[in-house]
Amino acid sequence: MILEHARACGASAVQAAVSQNVGLAVTVRRGEVETLEYERDQQMGLIAYFGQSKGSASTTDFSPAALRQTAEAACRIARHTEPDPHAGLPDPDEQARDWPDLQLDHPWDCPADRAIDLARQIEAAGFAVDPRVENSEGASVGTRRKMTFLGDSQGFMGGFRSTRHSISCALVARGAGGMQRDYSYGTSRDPARLPAADAVGCEAAERALRRLDARKVGTQQCPVLFVPEMARSLIGSFARAISGGAQYRKSSFLLDAAGQEVFPGWMHIAEDPLLPGALGSAPFDGEGVRTRARDLIAAGVLQDYILDSYSARRLGLRTTGNAGGARNVSVRPHPGEKGLPELLSDMGTGLLVTEMIGQGVNLVTGDYSRGAAGFWVENGEIAYPVEEITIAGNLRDIYRRIAAVGNDVDLRGNIRTGSILVEAMTVAGD
Amino acid sequence: MIDSLARETLLEPGGVTDDGLASVLGATFGRGTDGGDCYFQFTSQEGWSLEDGLVKSASFNIERGVGIRVISGDQTGFAYSDEISLPAMLEAGRTARSIASAGQTGSVAVRPGVARETALYLPDDPLGSLDEARKIELLKHMDAVARAADPRVTQVICSLAGGREVVLVLTAEGELVTDVRPLVRMNVQVLAEQGGRRESGSSGGGGRSGYAFFTEEDRAGAYAREAVRQALLNLEAVDAPAGTMKGVLGPGWPGVLLHEAIGHGLEGDFNRKGTSAFAGRIGERVAAPGISIVDDGTLPGRRGSLNVDDEGTITQQTMLIEDGYLRGYMQDRLNGRLSGTRSTGNGRRESYAHLPMPRMTNTYMLPGTTDPGEILASVDRGLYAVNFGGGQVDITSGKFVFSASEAYLIEDGRVTRPVKGAPLIGNGPDVLTRVSMIGNDLELDTGVGTCGKEGQGVPVGVGQPTLRIDGMTVGGTQAA
Repeated sequence: MILEHARACGASAVQAAVSQNVGLAVTVRRGEVETLEYERDQQMGLIAYFGQSKGSASTTDFSPAALRQTAEAACRIARHTEPDPHAGLPDPDEQARDWPDLQLDHPWDCPADRAIDLARQIEAAGFAVDPRVENSEGASVGTRRKMTFLGDSQGFMGGFRSTRHSISCALVARGAGGMQRDYSYGTSRDPARLPAADAVGCEAAERALRRLDARKVGTQQCPVLFVPEMARSLIGSFARAISGGAQYRKSSFLLDAAGQEVFPGWMHIAEDPLLPGALGSAPFDGEGVRTRARDLIAAGVLQDYILDSYSARRLGLRTTGNAGGARNVSVRPHPGEKGLPELLSDMGTGLLVTEMIGQGVNLVTGDYSRGAAGFWVENGEIAYPVEEITIAGNLRDIYRRIAAVGNDVDLRGNIRTGSILVEAMTVAGD
Repeated sequence: MIDSLARETLLEPGGVTDDGLASVLGATFGRGTDGGDCYFQFTSQEGWSLEDGLVKSASFNIERGVGIRVISGDQTGFAYSDEISLPAMLEAGRTARSIASAGQTGSVAVRPGVARETALYLPDDPLGSLDEARKIELLKHMDAVARAADPRVTQVICSLAGGREVVLVLTAEGELVTDVRPLVRMNVQVLAEQGGRRESGSSGGGGRSGYAFFTEEDRAGAYAREAVRQALLNLEAVDAPAGTMKGVLGPGWPGVLLHEAIGHGLEGDFNRKGTSAFAGRIGERVAAPGISIVDDGTLPGRRGSLNVDDEGTITQQTMLIEDGYLRGYMQDRLNGRLSGTRSTGNGRRESYAHLPMPRMTNTYMLPGTTDPGEILASVDRGLYAVNFGGGQVDITSGKFVFSASEAYLIEDGRVTRPVKGAPLIGNGPDVLTRVSMIGNDLELDTGVGTCGKEGQGVPVGVGQPTLRIDGMTVGGTQAA
């Protein structure tokens, strides 16, 4: 109906995306319910083309009048914007015709009472670890089910349901040198794959405890080992730098780098959007283009960019099915048998980074510098916690100096990597 | 006028009358609850962008809904609906009150709450303040100024965004308060190239007004020139130093230091829960003598200002730190009540689909008496940081970072070479005790700040005079 209305307003091509979300989120703090939130969101987004001119509009109000108004707004805008020879719907031959069930929909029958009990159990397990765990920011349980639907005026119609459930806990421990807070979480499309409640509570407590009485270290060059959650951001910067937008705007430190050796020769990074049940999976992208598994880095060399149909046309290439971004970017562990303890002993003496704060990544130049906290490591053993330091370098250089990728792969996000050991970075402290 | 506009926009389309509101209040907030509110919101906003010299895309968005919050002790039940009708509200109310013990159905009369006497901004819709052709002209002007400024400029990306939020807050006690909030913003990013080196610069501004804000005094052109200046400066920048040194922070946007280092730590929720490094420290010295910091939601037309906050409380100027001593926290109604005090007009939420929390408005340090030139001349060796990107804080340990995007070395009291962007890291509860000089040049930022907390973004302002800080850790790559 909305496509027809936009056509009636004079649009030559139209794309509409509809999403609806239903969810429940509870937070328990110090054993009592703090918040109980019922979520119900919906949104309709529309892109109208008048020839090569484009206008977009969206609404959360689904009344017939609001939907009509939204279509008219997109058309009004498209009458004013200037034509762009690269604008338009994707090539219909690139769009998905049929798709496999990616097992993304696992509703969790978890009424509020049960979610509250579970959150209480998570938090209680954390408090039981040590009397120094004296405060809490709460334990949370959330479940959400989403319906995504996409249609366009050249005949694409597709939709799928997906779920995402999570449990988390943030605890505060007190030591001689003040308080430290840390957290733990699990998230999955399938509630059966969430970690045990007790494990999440205990991990949050242990993480807060081990940070107590942290100090600074001296300013120096040293090896840096990133735990998987932090290593993820190094790979995230890589994905942004090879995205079509950063390439055609010439605002990437990896400009025109396809075919170049960006990482050490043993490194492999793949994208696998069709991985069943994974958090980044989708059968088609934000334009209805089919998604497919491919290599981004093979033997250290950049194979391809991350493109939607607009950026592909700008660069004279074909879309890679990445409207909406890269999906399930996976770094292959190397050498395969090493986890965090082995990488610590490979590092010898250096910094283990478990937390970073602040921005500090310049995608145009690759300059990288962020606030960090973690542990000082001596002879492969954790010596003491550190905080109030920064780590810096240039990403081009950091990527080339990766010495190993652990097999402790973190599956809780769209980027899947193990710990990453970098030969040397600048640490600033005292 | 604002009241009737809010009723027309929010209540009338769904046929919601005062009697209907009274019945929702009666059914939702009976015995067993300690208050709460219904928050009605209609937001319309647009964004236009220019790239390659052409305005090729623009968008328009509307968001409408009502959020109902029921409070019982320190527990909150919350549900929302994107349909504003009596049945939808009754259902959301029933869901939200499931946290409270069984109550009694009654009726609460709806009556006007306390409104601000002189509005801080006009209710006019920015979207209609310029016609479409002139919005495009404004972006093209910005692009032309940037490209004409220097031949090394290779890419210019500009954006113009505006919106209006129509808000109606109905408290559990039946008080009805409305606000209509315009907000505009322009931004420009340029790339410059020289000898194979490529660097960027950006600038922008805005506030609670119409688009005329950008044509007055040619602010759009000034942002473009500023972005070019920064990009060219970055082409010359050398690697930043690494280590602990003396620092001088410039006036205005560097006030993001205050926002991160102490602002979040003084929000009432973290202090009631005892998770802030500042908890229980009212009356203690937390900053050097001479330092006074306020949060002020009442500055006319500023990005962080509000006539009333998102709980319907009139905003105010709140003294946070006075002459170095911690004086007070920022509160919303829930945390104010649970802490035995009152709301300071800092209850804010991203939208009807989010719960309110204590949040900053415009946070700034009052000026001192020292000439900024004298402050620079007093430093033998250090870093002079005049512009920043964003920052982040861990309120429990107190550690914060904020990233300098324009900085220079100070050598023998003189500002010398520009250095590349680098983060500064410190400890909130002690960084202000290391301030040794306070400038007489208080400035507020140009209107670009958005603060994120628990996933909710709200517009804020910051400001400060030039400050000398003895001992800042700078995260560059060169041994100092």
